[in-house]
Amino acid sequence: MKKTALNEMHRSMGAKMVEFVGFDMPVQFEGINAEHETVRTKLGVFDVSHMGEFWVEGPNAFDLVQKVTTNDVAVLTNGKVQYSCFPNGKGGIVDDLLVYRFNPDKYLLVVNASNIEKDWKHVSEQNTMDAVLKNVSDNISQIAVQGPLALKAMQKLTPTPVEDMEYYTFQVIEFAGIPDIIFSTTGYTGSGGCEIYMPNEHAETIYKAVLEAGKEFGIKPIGLGARDTLRLESGFCLYGNDIDDTTSPIAAGLGWITKFVDGNQFIDRDVFAAQKENGVARRLKGFVMHERAIPRQHYEVCDAEGNTIGEVTSGTMSPMLKQGIGMAYLDKPYWKDGSEIYIKVRNKLSKAMVQKPPFYK
Amino acid sequence: MKVPANLLYTDDHEWVRVEGDEAVIGITDFAQNELGDIVFVEVETLDEELDKGDTFGTIEAVKTVSDMFMPVGGTVSEVNEALEDTPEIINSDPYGDGWIIKIKIGDVGELDALLDADAYKNSIES
Repeated sequence: MKKTALNEMHRSMGAKMVEFVGFDMPVQFEGINAEHETVRTKLGVFDVSHMGEFWVEGPNAFDLVQKVTTNDVAVLTNGKVQYSCFPNGKGGIVDDLLVYRFNPDKYLLVVNASNIEKDWKHVSEQNTMDAVLKNVSDNISQIAVQGPLALKAMQKLTPTPVEDMEYYTFQVIEFAGIPDIIFSTTGYTGSGGCEIYMPNEHAETIYKAVLEAGKEFGIKPIGLGARDTLRLESGFCLYGNDIDDTTSPIAAGLGWITKFVDGNQFIDRDVFAAQKENGVARRLKGFVMHERAIPRQHYEVCDAEGNTIGEVTSGTMSPMLKQGIGMAYLDKPYWKDGSEIYIKVRNKLSKAMVQKPPFYK
Repeated sequence: MKVPANLLYTDDHEWVRVEGDEAVIGITDFAQNELGDIVFVEVETLDEELDKGDTFGTIEAVKTVSDMFMPVGGTVSEVNEALEDTPEIINSDPYGDGWIIKIKIGDVGELDALLDADAYKNSIES
């Protein structure tokens, strides 16, 4: 099993460790609900070093990134970040990712840990224009500091102003006394904050500095369990649950990162354009339980008569709302906001309503 | 991990407290710790007569769904109503306020097959 540079750190803080896509990762420290609430109200620190990072450089870097991602890379300026996905050439999604533009000839792609090898193979195969590609996933650590007090706390660790950085931007700064650290105002919780990238050898120093700086604000270490409840409460897709090699971004509600503009000739553009034009059979939608029950992945979604109209892709008890929430692919016309749907939980139909996330603001 | 001496246990990490011809049933400290935050408990077998090993309810943690099984046969006579709004008391007090059901024992002879505290302790430590 792979270990991140912070493995010993997690164990010393009493983490419950589990295997997650080949990595030995902390699933929780004091408990998922308490950690979730800490991030929503204060700030928490996550080790997300399992994520993958690819550099794309050279005069053909732009052409490659534009070809393999659905969003329009041309609108990025230096220091901006973009959420995007890799279409697979069959109308599905290889992975979702973040694209960082350092300069017109230099991009960083941040991908899911579960897909590093698959993504690397895919991007390399598509690199017919000879961009310079480097997979630095094993050398880079990533620490996410998330929550309403995150940026205020992190400001203590750098002379560069970061507290008022715009959402989805980044800077390369001196942080905790270490130069050339990538500081990005992105995240997967919906509570604001930042994601910090560093070489592995600095991970422990930075992690400790983050904990120390956040102490007066009530910072706590957060595991992958709360990372999942936080992202779901905010309606963010999880690759492998809500999107995969068989789902299109149009059906998944990711039309906003699928840009049919001139000059954006990405893979599967024609397939997705036709779907946008003609519609799709099923759409990914959020829903909230109106009866006491917790939806779970793969539970059947029915109409009032018990006919199947969809399938749950993610579900949990919302720690903030204390209500079951989830996402599901739903047949037309049940995907409309406010539609009454029923989740089959242990052979019993429980009422739910289609509702646009975020479920908690 | 607390394993009170005055209770009986099952391999499924439930505890049983015998009170005359009735028994109170819950899950052990070990079980609640393994499950993590308990967020939902569903028991829809009130007044039903069930055999040993039958599912009497379901317990859900943030990440998991688990069935709960009758440690001995009997009739479910009471469900802990406090669990409806505060299932987390199973985490904080698994042997006390976090009890789950009471049953009227069908055959007291079935109690002999349950584990005592020492045997249960050995089973979770091995």
